[in-house]
Amino acid sequence: MSVISVEGLIVDYGPVRAVDGVDLEIGRGEVYALLGENGAGKTSTVEVLEGLRTRSGGRVEVLGHDPASGSRDLRDRVGIVLQTSGVERQLSVHEAVARYGATYRRPRAVAEVLELVGLDDRADVRCGALSGGQQRRLDLALGIVGSPEVLFLDEPTTGFDPSARRKAWNLVEALRSDGMTVVLTTHYLDEAEHLADRVGVMSAGRLVVEGTPSELQRRSGRTLVSARVAGTATDVEAIRDVIRPLAERVTVDGDRIEVLTSEVTAALQALSGWSIGRGVDLVSWSVAQPSLEQVFLDLTAATPAGPDPTAGVDDV
Amino acid sequence: MSERGAWPSAATLLAAQVRHQITLFLRVPIGLFFTIALPLIMLVVFNAVFGDSTVASEAGEWPSRQFYTGALAAFTAVSATYTNLANTVPVRREEGVLKRWRSTPLPVPVLILGQMLGALVVAVLGALLLIIVGVLAYGLQVDIAAMPNALLTFVIGVLSFAALGLAVASMVSSADAAPAVANATILPLAFISNIFIPLDDPPRWLDLLGDVFPLKPFAESFQSCFHPIDPATTPDLGALAVVVVWGVVGAVAALRTFRFDPTPGSAAPRRRRGRHRST
Repeated sequence: MSVISVEGLIVDYGPVRAVDGVDLEIGRGEVYALLGENGAGKTSTVEVLEGLRTRSGGRVEVLGHDPASGSRDLRDRVGIVLQTSGVERQLSVHEAVARYGATYRRPRAVAEVLELVGLDDRADVRCGALSGGQQRRLDLALGIVGSPEVLFLDEPTTGFDPSARRKAWNLVEALRSDGMTVVLTTHYLDEAEHLADRVGVMSAGRLVVEGTPSELQRRSGRTLVSARVAGTATDVEAIRDVIRPLAERVTVDGDRIEVLTSEVTAALQALSGWSIGRGVDLVSWSVAQPSLEQVFLDLTAATPAGPDPTAGVDDV
Repeated sequence: MSERGAWPSAATLLAAQVRHQITLFLRVPIGLFFTIALPLIMLVVFNAVFGDSTVASEAGEWPSRQFYTGALAAFTAVSATYTNLANTVPVRREEGVLKRWRSTPLPVPVLILGQMLGALVVAVLGALLLIIVGVLAYGLQVDIAAMPNALLTFVIGVLSFAALGLAVASMVSSADAAPAVANATILPLAFISNIFIPLDDPPRWLDLLGDVFPLKPFAESFQSCFHPIDPATTPDLGALAVVVVWGVVGAVAALRTFRFDPTPGSAAPRRRRGRHRST
């Protein structure tokens, strides 16, 4: 059963079309990640679903409501973690969670929420005195205090250190196991790979591809073959020339050669034939799916008129 | 999902919002200073300077303590509402606080009414403090018979100025512009509205100018409840009508232009919660 259903969504900012015909179906209990560079249209798409932005066209339904209606029932059942929302700096963390929580029909206990996000030891600190990462955790706390059925997370772990990220991931996994539907935007590919049941990649306002992380890797139709050359630098150069016609990309790092190819069998045969003919061993072979990161770069690079595909990809 | 339970009642939500606004107000030193402390300091200074002298205004000759207590109480009310809301609402909008409230199920009218009533409570407390200090330290005479009229005038004034403050808050382009706009509008008015300077036989144009804006009708109506010989026990309907008209205009303007989003309808620049001023 779909809790979110989007058909032909369009968002224009004046003459600029930020979202250009996006279709989405997200089921109950699913964790869905929208990936894309800055400016790809992820945040605009999610803000329309949250009811915080007016769409220019298309049909949108969240939990049976049109989010543009501003329905109170919908706002009660949806939790939102924005990149751009603040909280009164004069309130303590405990007060803030209690005050926002009191507007919902089924608020969670403040202590429970603070423990879930790891702010229990900061309960009496003024919100204005929190560090960046702690403020993001407070955002998470305020997003879940109303026991939402659908939780929107807009780049929830930006600015987190690795251990805080790991905790945030554990939290999302715990919420999912309670049956919560989670829609998150991120440009951390490992985050999408780790958390999401399905991933949608946006580029220039369109959803260019959608699927489970492993489907996306398979769909790219490429395989990564790598091996170590037990020979001289000349041997490495020689093998690079042999394999180049079969490869989409060859990278050499010392004695290690990495080949991205859509013709795995032929590439393996060429490599092993060369190895036997020359009498130079190739050791520690591996044959693997490319990372989601590689798929993402390929997909966004393939979209015309896109800016530098790596521009929005932090931390990769 | 029917098992989500019942909504909190509107009264509960509104009471929580009013309490919320008052806590915020009390925790911002600069607002507290201008709204509560400064009028009190002026009361002390004016009494020290003018002592037992009388002032001459259009309402005749009367002791300066009676004149200034009423005037400063009216000014406190305007600070607590107009100046305070025009200053704080744009900051909360820029910090994304309003946007966050918008994403909760709190009904928008409760949010806005909560801000107005919170300002009303602060105004009442500030004015009461002035009157109490006036009575205890300077022998201010309070005629109980005039107090119902004083309260009515006060509430009407406060709500009107709160609406005007919200209108200004919605119309200023940024939080940086808000204090300038609020002060540039209210301070010059205060000088021609019998607040700091008693106007005895002012030039006709200045008199008319004061009468057209809401501060002078409000301040004079409220002051007249503290006239020692002839305190006003019934409202000055003409003056209050001016105040109400301004209030309604403010409310309509605020409702039409109130914004939650820092950057409506545009590609929002990524705005991290920075070190904004906390007024």
